[in-house]
Amino acid sequence: MSLNTLSLKQAKEGLSKKKFSSIELVNSCLSEIKERKNLNAFITVCVKEALEEAKEADRRIKDEENFPLLGIPISLKDIYLTKGIRTTAASRVLDNYIPQYSATVVKKLKEAGGIIIGKTNCDAWAHGSSGENSDFGPTKNPWDEEYVPGGSSSGSAVSVAANMSLASTGTDTGGSIRLPASFCNVVGLKPTYGRVSRYGIIAMASSLDSIGHFTKNVEDSALMLSVTAGKDPNDATMPDKKVDDYENYLNKGVKDLKIGIPKEYFSEGLDKRIKEKIERSINLLEARGAIAEYISLPHTEYAIACYYIIQPAEVSSNLARYDGIRYGNDRSSFADEAKRRIMFGTYVLSSGYYEAYYKRAMQVRTLIKKDFDDAFKKVDVVITPVSPTPPWKLGEKTSDPLAMYLSDIYTVTANLAGIPGISIPMGLIDNLPAGIQILGPHFSEGRLFQVGKAVEESGL
Amino acid sequence: MKPVIGLEVHIELKTRSKMFCGCSADYFGKKPNTHTCPVCLGLPGALPVPNKKAIEWCVMLGMALNCKIPHFSKFDRKNYFYPDLPKGYQISQYDEPFCVNGSIKLSTGKKIRIRRVHMEEDTAKLVHELGNQKSTRSTSSGQEIKNQKDEGYSLIDFNRSGVPLAEIVTEPDFDDAKDVKEYLQKIQQIARYLEISNADMEKGDMRLEPNISLSKDGKLPSYKIEVKNINSFRFVEKAIEFEIRRQTEILQKGQTPIQETRGWDEAKQKTISQRTKEEASDYRYFPEPDIPPIRWAKSQISNLKSQMRELPKEKFKRFKKDYELSDYDTEILTRETTIADYFEDAVRIGKNKNIDAKKIAKFIMNRKPSIEEVLPAKLVRNIESATTYVNINEEEIKITVKKVLKNNSQAVEDFKKGKTQALQYLVGSVMRALKGKVDPRVVIEAIENELK
Repeated sequence: MSLNTLSLKQAKEGLSKKKFSSIELVNSCLSEIKERKNLNAFITVCVKEALEEAKEADRRIKDEENFPLLGIPISLKDIYLTKGIRTTAASRVLDNYIPQYSATVVKKLKEAGGIIIGKTNCDAWAHGSSGENSDFGPTKNPWDEEYVPGGSSSGSAVSVAANMSLASTGTDTGGSIRLPASFCNVVGLKPTYGRVSRYGIIAMASSLDSIGHFTKNVEDSALMLSVTAGKDPNDATMPDKKVDDYENYLNKGVKDLKIGIPKEYFSEGLDKRIKEKIERSINLLEARGAIAEYISLPHTEYAIACYYIIQPAEVSSNLARYDGIRYGNDRSSFADEAKRRIMFGTYVLSSGYYEAYYKRAMQVRTLIKKDFDDAFKKVDVVITPVSPTPPWKLGEKTSDPLAMYLSDIYTVTANLAGIPGISIPMGLIDNLPAGIQILGPHFSEGRLFQVGKAVEESGL
Repeated sequence: MKPVIGLEVHIELKTRSKMFCGCSADYFGKKPNTHTCPVCLGLPGALPVPNKKAIEWCVMLGMALNCKIPHFSKFDRKNYFYPDLPKGYQISQYDEPFCVNGSIKLSTGKKIRIRRVHMEEDTAKLVHELGNQKSTRSTSSGQEIKNQKDEGYSLIDFNRSGVPLAEIVTEPDFDDAKDVKEYLQKIQQIARYLEISNADMEKGDMRLEPNISLSKDGKLPSYKIEVKNINSFRFVEKAIEFEIRRQTEILQKGQTPIQETRGWDEAKQKTISQRTKEEASDYRYFPEPDIPPIRWAKSQISNLKSQMRELPKEKFKRFKKDYELSDYDTEILTRETTIADYFEDAVRIGKNKNIDAKKIAKFIMNRKPSIEEVLPAKLVRNIESATTYVNINEEEIKITVKKVLKNNSQAVEDFKKGKTQALQYLVGSVMRALKGKVDPRVVIEAIENELK
């Protein structure tokens, strides 16, 4: 077994028992990155820095130092600022931008001993569901290179799925972690809004952006969150909430746990094969003692419309700073999708339209949030599909932005409500992966790991 | 035709750090771009964290201006492009400011309604260089900046970017430039009393933007002219009076002035058109998603109120009552808190020595001691010795003077011939006879009277 296929937990164990070195581990990832360069998962690979850090990590391991990610290579979506390392947001606007500071999460990962192996490709500015909006070319699905890996955190999902890094970070504004996790057969966590600091991560839509990650299994996802979560004085939207001991939840099982199945998520438009797979997963959870019941989230049908008003509004404002005066290229370097969102967002905020669009969307958002609040009075978690369809072919939806937007139909609700969600692999359909989504109340990530682990163990 | 004037006044708060980051807010005269960080430079990924003190001070200012403090408030983004605004939006407050519906009373009894007091961030500072004349130029720090193209260029100093500003907006209640000036003085005094700003117009701590128009029928006119660049108290009246004259002339010709922003040009003594507002700018305000809304508990507001320093009006009342001072004396002593505090310190010390407040007030007003150099205790000692002089009976001085003059006829003769040393000798003799317990000036006066 190659070292790069190990989970975080396995790698950590192997490193501390000195079965192999961090240099060997990093090298195995680097050669995989080289081997599968055609997947276009990385924008920047930090070969020199990673090897230097690995050397240092080996010394520290020898000194019996113990940190959760010591010596382990991790990739970062190229929207996380890394001091001294080019950060592009996959846009030509920031083609040669070298940040003066690192994101809080990057600092935390480094403090935990993690090694930054590279910066992954994504849809430019995180705008997209397929990875095809990258100004650095599309990322390809490692399961079938003719297919999209899902987006926007496309390269991050691929880097974990193709064993180029042991874990990767992403951002999820409307499904940008959960969708590529589902399409690439890895675990993708979108934490509660305010659980992980947004400081130093290029903003897409500030009220929706969640900072999460990709891992090979649920246990690793819990480990990553225990490193990244927690109050950051630089992010005013984070409540001072204690970080749970997530590992404790992993083996709790699902006996007597109440699962809600929202009927609105299983209506027309959902691929029959995905529906069947989810039903099977729910049956397996019931076999383990969970209690499933149908529930209603009545405002679901307005979610996409609501999302595609609030999100571009915030995008139009957040992208205003890239004016070509202080860094980066000027605004003519924005590609079509960013321009589309800037124009759309500018329009919905314009005087005379604000009331009809933005304000109304905010009211709908409150209702969607209330739907979930009501649901979680009755059930512990909600289970839904991640995507209405399996992965599609590269180029299939690029000329139809609306069809692309609709792929977020089951994921945007969690962002609008600010609740956590996790995508867990549930097997293949026609040799392409499909994921199942578990949603929970605010700050219930522990419970998502608990249910996610059970899904994982059901042996799909 | 009656002038209709409304005011927007920006007050820069003197908090230690900026509005949304930890950088020092003290930018005046500092080396450019030394008080900056990712937040106030608007770098990618940076997030604002509001300064609690600045918000509290804004609320205190609102309370001092008799505003209501709504229990819910929030920040909004005001989106517009300008090179001094690195994020492409200014964090401000739109429809739910911290303070609303206040008022302030002028000495004439006229009430000026205050629509709102809100919080926002200052912009960076642009320095425009003409170029052309020289191809290089030195900055204050001695660096040479090359202007290769020999063209005009602009520099940006981000030290001021993100410094907290409180904006006070009045209703269009002014009709006279003098009232505007008094209002500004009152605002300045309140800000200084609260110790939230130096409110120095020349340094830009306090900036005034009046909206001026003229009404024929008492109703709000269809246009308004905003005047900028009034950065001194001396310019306030001049700029407003000029604008009233200018608009009167236009209206008398049967025309309507163009709605525009004008700037006061002190050298030319007139306002000059800066930009016409052909259409209202659309700032696309929306709630700032990076800062959660603010919800005040009643106790928080009352707590802030209790922490507020005594306001000018209250101090005036108290001084009059407690120290039995005249309106005039009270006005002078309470104009600035430094003088008022100095006076009260001296009163406290003087109390033990049976020197009453009135005497201290008079002494401060007549002698104008240097507050920095003469400590209150020293002041009281000075008053004490001066007072001992006065205790000597005038009659006694007169008798002594007569006696001394009689015994020193030569000196008297010399003095009459114009020898000044002779007077000094006579004064010295009187002082000695009185054992020095008298003010020499009183003695001189007595001698001059005697020799008249």
